[in-house]
Amino acid sequence: MSAPLTSLDRPNSYIGRSVPRPNAKRLLAGRGRYVSDLKLPRMLYAAFLRSPHAHAKIISIDIERARALEGVHLVATGADLAKICTPWTGTLDHFKGMTSSPQLPLPLDRVVWAGQAVVAVVAESRAIAEDALELIEVDYEDLPVVVDIDGAREAGGPLINPGSANNICFRSQLDNGTVDDAFAHAAHVVEEEFSFGRHTAVTLEPRAIVADYDPAAGMLTVHHATQTPYQFQDLYSRHYGIPEARVRVIATDIGGSFGMKLHVYHEDMAVVGLSILLGRPVKYVADRIESFVSDIHARDHRVRARMALDAKGEILAMDVLDLTAIGAFSTYPRTSVVEGNQVIRLIGAPYRFKNYRASLEVIFQNKVQTSQYRAVGHPIACAVTERLVDMAAAKVGLDPFAIRAQNVIADDAYPQTSPTGYRFEALSHQACLKRLHEMMDYDALRAEQAELRKRGVYRGIGIAAFVEITNPSPAFYGVGGARISSQDGAIVSLTPSGEVRCLISVTEQGQGTEAIISQIVADQLGLAQEHVKVVTGDTEVTPHGGATWACRGAGIGGETALRAARALKRNILEIAALILQEQPSALDIIDGEVVDAATRQQRLPIAEIARIAYFRSDTLPPGTQAQLTVGHHFAPQGYPFAFTNGIQGCSMEVDVETGFIKVLKHFIVEDCGRVINPMLVDEQLRGGIVQGLGAALFEECRYSETGQLVNGSLADYLVPMPMEMPDIVIAHVETPTADTELGAKGCGEAGTAAASACVLNAVNDALTPFGATINSIPITPAKVLKALKRF
Amino acid sequence: MSGFDENLLDEADETVRVRFVVNGRKVACEVAPRETLVDCLRNELELTGTHAGCEMGACGACLVQLDGRAVHSCLMYAVQADGARIDTIDGLSESGVIADLQAEFHRRNALQCGFCTPGMLVNANELLSQVAEPSREEIRDALSGNYCRCTGYEAIVDAIDAVAKARNEGGSAT
Amino acid sequence: MKARAFSYFRAATIEQALDAHALVGDDARFIAGGQSLVPALSLRLQAPRLLIDITHIGELRGVRREGGFLRIGALTRHCEMLSEPLIAEFAPLLQAAAPFVAHPAIRNRGTFGGSVALADPASEFPAMTLALDAEIEIAGPSGSRRIKADDFFIDLFETALQPGELITAIYVPLFKADQRFAFDEMARRRGDYALVGCGMLATCAGDRINDIRISFFSVGNTPTRVKGAEATLIGSSLNSERIAAAQAALEGDLAPPENDEVPPAMRLHLARVLLGRLLGRLGESA
Repeated sequence: MSAPLTSLDRPNSYIGRSVPRPNAKRLLAGRGRYVSDLKLPRMLYAAFLRSPHAHAKIISIDIERARALEGVHLVATGADLAKICTPWTGTLDHFKGMTSSPQLPLPLDRVVWAGQAVVAVVAESRAIAEDALELIEVDYEDLPVVVDIDGAREAGGPLINPGSANNICFRSQLDNGTVDDAFAHAAHVVEEEFSFGRHTAVTLEPRAIVADYDPAAGMLTVHHATQTPYQFQDLYSRHYGIPEARVRVIATDIGGSFGMKLHVYHEDMAVVGLSILLGRPVKYVADRIESFVSDIHARDHRVRARMALDAKGEILAMDVLDLTAIGAFSTYPRTSVVEGNQVIRLIGAPYRFKNYRASLEVIFQNKVQTSQYRAVGHPIACAVTERLVDMAAAKVGLDPFAIRAQNVIADDAYPQTSPTGYRFEALSHQACLKRLHEMMDYDALRAEQAELRKRGVYRGIGIAAFVEITNPSPAFYGVGGARISSQDGAIVSLTPSGEVRCLISVTEQGQGTEAIISQIVADQLGLAQEHVKVVTGDTEVTPHGGATWACRGAGIGGETALRAARALKRNILEIAALILQEQPSALDIIDGEVVDAATRQQRLPIAEIARIAYFRSDTLPPGTQAQLTVGHHFAPQGYPFAFTNGIQGCSMEVDVETGFIKVLKHFIVEDCGRVINPMLVDEQLRGGIVQGLGAALFEECRYSETGQLVNGSLADYLVPMPMEMPDIVIAHVETPTADTELGAKGCGEAGTAAASACVLNAVNDALTPFGATINSIPITPAKVLKALKRF
Repeated sequence: MSGFDENLLDEADETVRVRFVVNGRKVACEVAPRETLVDCLRNELELTGTHAGCEMGACGACLVQLDGRAVHSCLMYAVQADGARIDTIDGLSESGVIADLQAEFHRRNALQCGFCTPGMLVNANELLSQVAEPSREEIRDALSGNYCRCTGYEAIVDAIDAVAKARNEGGSAT
Repeated sequence: MKARAFSYFRAATIEQALDAHALVGDDARFIAGGQSLVPALSLRLQAPRLLIDITHIGELRGVRREGGFLRIGALTRHCEMLSEPLIAEFAPLLQAAAPFVAHPAIRNRGTFGGSVALADPASEFPAMTLALDAEIEIAGPSGSRRIKADDFFIDLFETALQPGELITAIYVPLFKADQRFAFDEMARRRGDYALVGCGMLATCAGDRINDIRISFFSVGNTPTRVKGAEATLIGSSLNSERIAAAQAALEGDLAPPENDEVPPAMRLHLARVLLGRLLGRLGESA
């Protein structure tokens, strides 16, 4: 299926063209401007003393020796910061019944995970601050530690939050159709318990913040490596009682984010307070060891699921229980229950069965918080669904492609509502399946696999279909009371020289936001892209908006830019029409020239219009006020989310003696609606897939029985590195959303959504001759060898 | 050179004067012995193109050339580099020696957030100075200590591959 | 992650380095490549008062033949193991192991002597000194001595080096025409510490193995020679039965430590697989 042609498809359109990112040249020359690079006059450096205990009472804190150290400006405890910062609670109203304790920058009397910041030191250098940390003495009294899911659910077991009845944060249930009946009459039932390890984002630039409170002006400026500057402007304003207009958050270049840098961190809130207490800029850059114990983690789910099928392999029903442990608090302001919520709502999404039941239980434990990280919930929902589909295929005697072809919602059957209640506008599972089959040369791969097996070489082939949530409406956070915008804003101006500047609320983390916005603006205004300057990430300059999360930059930010550019074009042509004594509708702009719409004959450079409007307004007819700056906001309407879909494939080899897995090649067919810049979309998919492969094969935050993270360094936590990662083959199907003019949906999470499911299926496929199965992620050599009973 | 003077021990926190040739220019600066080369480059010399990602040699973001060879600037102290020639991404950019790599990385979008990029370029430059036409496997091997969370690596491998081929043909990559 | 403050002294001669250490005692540390020491200091796992930089001592450099040995100066960088023709000719096992040592930039700076002195049980080179029957030359306050690699590694990060001593060179018996070698390791990712690794050097007469030294790393507290396995092979020709016997003997040779990710039984299994594969290759290289 390809998109119907519109004005966006005209020859030479910037939409659909792989143009390089203009801002990448700076980064290639080492001229990035990251928060960790920033140095301000009077700036001091913060470091934090962290709890060595996973759960303990703070009996006493002695800071005197630290305070006396030369070069130390401030040593602050929880009590010091609690005087100026109001507490926050990570709950949202639309998650009925959820609970979480109030949080402060630093704890007053109790620590709840190993690595929690307890005391802050501000000094003239980071090294001196660390020297001072060694001089602080904290007396703790150990409390019982809750580490794993079972321990947390034990009746009468230790409690994370004193006074609560149990360690449950949130429960949710879905029950649609007649599940019991479907299972009672099923010809086949497949059932499995899956586990998904904790992992974490590991951005190459750790979290970084410089808070700069100017007491004379009553003004707080925060240079914050975040994806969501407006959210933090609001939070710093409200929790520190500073008027919103006097809080400025600047998010310049950022060394990776992936959802990890849009949450409130205790250290970041503390740093703002430290700057207020000192009246000086305070810088904090988490070091790598701190990152592992204080950045949000993600996943950590255990899912029991079963699927009922009829004799022909038609899926009839699914029944799911998801248990997930989230740490000791729910993260603020987006909570830690969204992942579980999306797991139970995305399970089964590609398929057309109607009977679905799911229970979700979100549990507290003494570990660092989990929360939203790239592809929230998707990899779990996808792995559970797709593994069960493969198990069912084996049971029914169908090929994995065949059972999916039989069960996916037909491309011509939309709109559809999923068994979990999601409304799908238009997806393309059938087209994607067909394309993947061709692209993988599936039959040849199977033939090769059979041939190699005879020689003791065990290849596995796996596929996994997925649905991704993008372009969220206020249904995501706004309805729950969160001050997180689902709209975006853009201000587009024609400069006096005839160039265009676009200030927009979506932000850049390297995915190419600025590039695609400039493509859209250039395209809509009829300019060369190099004459469009895009500015992002400064609450004092760019209009308020949701910024970057849940794959909304292209779909919502892009539409905002498109509409703003069209409005500016109307205004430019109005002035042009006055100058040329034409009707505006008779004119157009091409390559920076006003032309006759019909003949394309050049009439006037837009630079000339700008010159006249800005410097010779006296020559325009009386009463004319040229409006060459246009502000526009766009909030998504129509469907609550723009769902996308796709399918991935993977070919790999398992060394059955060592348990080592080599991914040979990975494939994806993806449908993110209208593709604005194919190269950038492909790179989002590649990067996303490799994060998924990391999760599938390598990454896991491993804890000891006492709640200590045992592999919290970049030498011990195994991120995917170049040597082990495959080349990735990509194809697209384009089904634009009709909710916007642009028709774009998101693509940033599609790769991560299905990569681990694909690997899981491929490994199990490889192990078929041995009757061995694995249903736990990451798939380590130990798990493979265990499954093969080799030790 | 004189022998060891015990008074040195009382001056652990005192800065000492070191001299390097950084990006072709003679530089003198005062550093504490405990200051790593990456901190010295970034803080004292304000050459922030060299990044610190893990401070333990596991990510490759801090690679610089020391006397012509790629090394982790987080795994040595600035005092150890006294007298050495250091070339950072800033100098390699200015001199133009990696211009073709930079252009191909740009064309192929072999970077996203850009934080790993200076280290990738330093390492790619070293690889191509040693192996005229590395295989994709050899390129991946050479980059095995350079972490990138954004790209998935393939575009980086493509870009280096293209530059290697172009250099051999005596043309530019594009 | 910033080190505690220390003083720095750059020694020009071995004597200067030893004198400085003698004056300061336990609070002094020698630094060569620093690729393991610097992170340990950054993490404040160690906090010496004095770092004695030995990398400018000319006597510690260079690779040359000396009698029946190749004398490899302690400051020989890991990357030189790959580029130095004398290593390729006379110590090819070291050349074979070198690409597995961390990553290129680490190899540009890390030194052979430093690696052996640290005696990380997961490192390639210390284990290879055992397979090679190398001798380690040590300078200290009481003079210079040479010690067999077999007697050098004592326990976890503990060696025959006494406080204030440093390694000046490693002597490797010259590789001979009737010798064969093999090396490999199993690491999760390229350059990671291996789950298990092994190198071996055999002296053969046709098919028959007259002598063999097999050394494992990442299997315990020290680099480990597997004498039981060696004994099953010496005097026999390499066949599947002998290989199986050698693999079986590993159970007596190795006692892998408890580990949450790689249980002892798994490590032993991997060691057997690796030994089998390497002996197979050794046979093929005849």
